[in-house]
Amino acid sequence: MKKIKILSFLMAMMLALAACGSDDAANSGGDEGSGEDGGTTYTVGTDTTYPPFEFEEGGKYKGIDIDIINAIAEEEGFKIELKPMDFGGIIPAILADQLDVAIAGMSITDDRKEKVDFSDPYFDAGLTLVVSEDNNDITSVDDLEGKVVAVKNGTTGADYAEKMKEEAGIKEVRQFNDSPSMFQEVANGNADVLIEDYPVIAYAIKTSNLDLKTVGDRLNGDQYGIAVKKGENQELLEKINSGLQKIKDNGKYDEILNRYLEE
Amino acid sequence: MEIFQEALPVLWAGLKLTAYITLLGLLFGFIIGLITALFRLSPIPPLRWIAIWFINFVRGTPFLVQLFFIYFGLNSLPFISLQPVTAGVVGIAINAGAYIAEIVRAGIQSIDKGQTEAARTLGLTSAQTMRYIILPQALRRMLPTFVNQAIISLKDTSLLSVIGIAELTQRGQVVVSATYEPFKIWGMVALMYFILIYLLTKLGDFIERRYELR
Repeated sequence: MKKIKILSFLMAMMLALAACGSDDAANSGGDEGSGEDGGTTYTVGTDTTYPPFEFEEGGKYKGIDIDIINAIAEEEGFKIELKPMDFGGIIPAILADQLDVAIAGMSITDDRKEKVDFSDPYFDAGLTLVVSEDNNDITSVDDLEGKVVAVKNGTTGADYAEKMKEEAGIKEVRQFNDSPSMFQEVANGNADVLIEDYPVIAYAIKTSNLDLKTVGDRLNGDQYGIAVKKGENQELLEKINSGLQKIKDNGKYDEILNRYLEE
Repeated sequence: MEIFQEALPVLWAGLKLTAYITLLGLLFGFIIGLITALFRLSPIPPLRWIAIWFINFVRGTPFLVQLFFIYFGLNSLPFISLQPVTAGVVGIAINAGAYIAEIVRAGIQSIDKGQTEAARTLGLTSAQTMRYIILPQALRRMLPTFVNQAIISLKDTSLLSVIGIAELTQRGQVVVSATYEPFKIWGMVALMYFILIYLLTKLGDFIERRYELR
């Protein structure tokens, strides 16, 4: 009997939690419905586990991508409804007409271009070198000779370091399983330099007390784009591109980037 | 077949590092364990307290936490700079040392009191009694437990991958993330650990037979 009581209590708790959850989603999902005047509502897919591009803080969705798509919507007079989902599910959802737009720190690649149309690039991502704040020896890949490089296992940064090992004369590539360990390694002075995606490390430096800095040029040239369904949404794509241009011109774009990336 | 040929040299380098760290760690661990056990059995209270607290502290915290503390924690202090392999050996030595201390204590205490009494009656000092009468018998009894600890320590070295040491597990991870062949690569890694531990067990059996109690 006791077990049943506990079980029903647990279920009641879960129901209550679920109710709260859906409330939050509704509140933070931006403008709801299309009944009001001021244009159409588009559903926007995003993956909310990728700071600083999109993440959840205090039950609200925040990030560069969220702010950019909101600013574009405001300029162009349409409304958006956010649909958070798994990154891998975003392009399938566009193909299945579940989403009109996707903005999720998504690199423009040839593979993806076969499935969706991309807007003009809105962000230059790519890898960057990171050293401790008092290190002035390393300013580019040419300075890596005899240095210890920390990377995260399985990332493009790790691939890059392994590929460059011979060419740049890197002494050792030290692999870690998570980013914080890799950051700590360089902050502690046990490795000279680490390689990480530029925006991710810029945000980590900004939000933590790590004495690290990024140096040199981006090491590869990934660009992020906003995606819509291929061939069928030209009007929306034009709106997005023109909105993007407008926020770049009026300074809103820089304002958004500074909010999340400024050191 | 190609994948095996490609992975083998990489994993082999990891295996050598694993064996190196285990051997060195156990050597220092044995020294730490022996000293700690003698402190633990010492009639001098402060020595006893140090030993008891050391053992309690090491056994009361996970090895992974000790490792993070030694490598990332101590290294964040301005006057300490441990390289990963050094930190790994220190970690294994301290961890194994605490367990070996208890093995040694149990071994020493398992020797009948009469042995000590007889030795002292014959005029040996207490240090001589420990060295010539008690320890040789006790070490023989500790051997199987010691082999067991060696196996545990060897397997614990796989945790050193978190501090960037390219030992066997770390190498496995790197190869898997490059080849996407988890079944084959982890199979190879497991087999390599198994062979290493099998050899260790055989060595233990051999020594045990060699010093059979008569």
